[in-house]
Amino acid sequence: MGYTLNFNLIWRHFDKLWGGLLLSLELAVISIAIGILIGLLLAVWYVSAGRAVRTVIAAYVEFIRNVPLILLVYLVFYGLPTVVDIAYSAQTSFIATLSLYSGAYLVEVFRSGLEAVPRGQLDAGKAIGLTPWQRLVHVRLPTMLRITLPALSNTFLSLFKDTSVASVISVPELTYGAQWINFNTFRIVEVYLVVTAMYLLTGYALLFALRLVERRFRAAH
Amino acid sequence: MLGQIAYALPFLAQGFAVTLWVSLLVVLLSLVAGVMMGVGLVYGPAPLRWAVRIFSDTIRGIPILVLIFFVYYGLPAVGLHLESFWAAVLALTLFKTAQVIEYLRGAVGSIPKGQSEAAMAIGLTFRQRLAYVIFPQAFRRFLPPWINGVTDAVKGSALVSLLGITDLMHAINQVIGRTYEAMPLYILGAVIYFAVNYALSLASRRLERRFSFIRE
Repeated sequence: MGYTLNFNLIWRHFDKLWGGLLLSLELAVISIAIGILIGLLLAVWYVSAGRAVRTVIAAYVEFIRNVPLILLVYLVFYGLPTVVDIAYSAQTSFIATLSLYSGAYLVEVFRSGLEAVPRGQLDAGKAIGLTPWQRLVHVRLPTMLRITLPALSNTFLSLFKDTSVASVISVPELTYGAQWINFNTFRIVEVYLVVTAMYLLTGYALLFALRLVERRFRAAH
Repeated sequence: MLGQIAYALPFLAQGFAVTLWVSLLVVLLSLVAGVMMGVGLVYGPAPLRWAVRIFSDTIRGIPILVLIFFVYYGLPAVGLHLESFWAAVLALTLFKTAQVIEYLRGAVGSIPKGQSEAAMAIGLTFRQRLAYVIFPQAFRRFLPPWINGVTDAVKGSALVSLLGITDLMHAINQVIGRTYEAMPLYILGAVIYFAVNYALSLASRRLERRFSFIRE
């Protein structure tokens, strides 16, 4: 025992943690935005496509879901540049990885959401003379988004936590900041206490805000 | 290139064995701890319920990587010296336990209240109610998500490579360090993880279908 808590060094380097937290949020927001695009496109394509396309989309989803995120992060950052001739920063690489990762989870979310839209709504859309495109944009997608909103917020929260894996390729997000302070000051317990609190506070604040949004949309209907 | 990979295969197999061993330990330990704490959460007195709730919400609210580093670097600072292997197993087990608690709460919560009341009415003790009435029914709801969660344990175990434990992930990185064949080895690693986890998720789906006759 005999370990005395001393937070002074943590506060002195707090900019590393604060900047890290902001970067974590940024990574999560950008990745889920791209992930939503991927998920929407593939889900809409999936429900209207033939067998071959469905197999390919399902293969993408199953591959991503069954492989550790850290391996995907390494594969895109260290592996991919050895076979294709593009250079990118660690941060870009991580955003690409996390987007593809969240895209795979969101295809599933949106696909089941699309299938949960009541048949009667689509028939009603057809009855009032909407084109297939109008039925998709004005009937199916809005209803589907409302259904999938809770799953969407859960995905965002888990992505926010997943951004910690970016530290393995030295993206200076919150976990990286924690390790930096850990290795430079040895105030191990303090830094992880502070970082734990930061993840918890941010995560639950986000959860609270997202639940408000969900309630707002449920009330509208 | 293929020759180098073939040469590395026995080494990768050792790493794979460590991955499976870590996953197995985590899954078994968290099952015991999670079921006990889950019962505490559902049936325990208020202070115990709060303690379990706080434990579960805290653990599930932080990244698993932070938990691993916290346990690995933090425990020695307070005088507890664990080998890196056991520190990693402890951290992953804490994380998985929180999930098991929630699976159990969900499964037990889905059993209609009348079942418990009927069991009470015929004079069964608390233990008998759990063993003969609640658990046999809750089991069918617990099993599919739990098996699905085993894939999370296998995937999560890849993070122990960061503590220098030579699991499959670390073995792959070491082979790449020697051969510079990054892409083929990462793909090989992905295929191995995929094979294990996909088999588990298929099993989970099959069980779900098998138990789908149960109605609310």
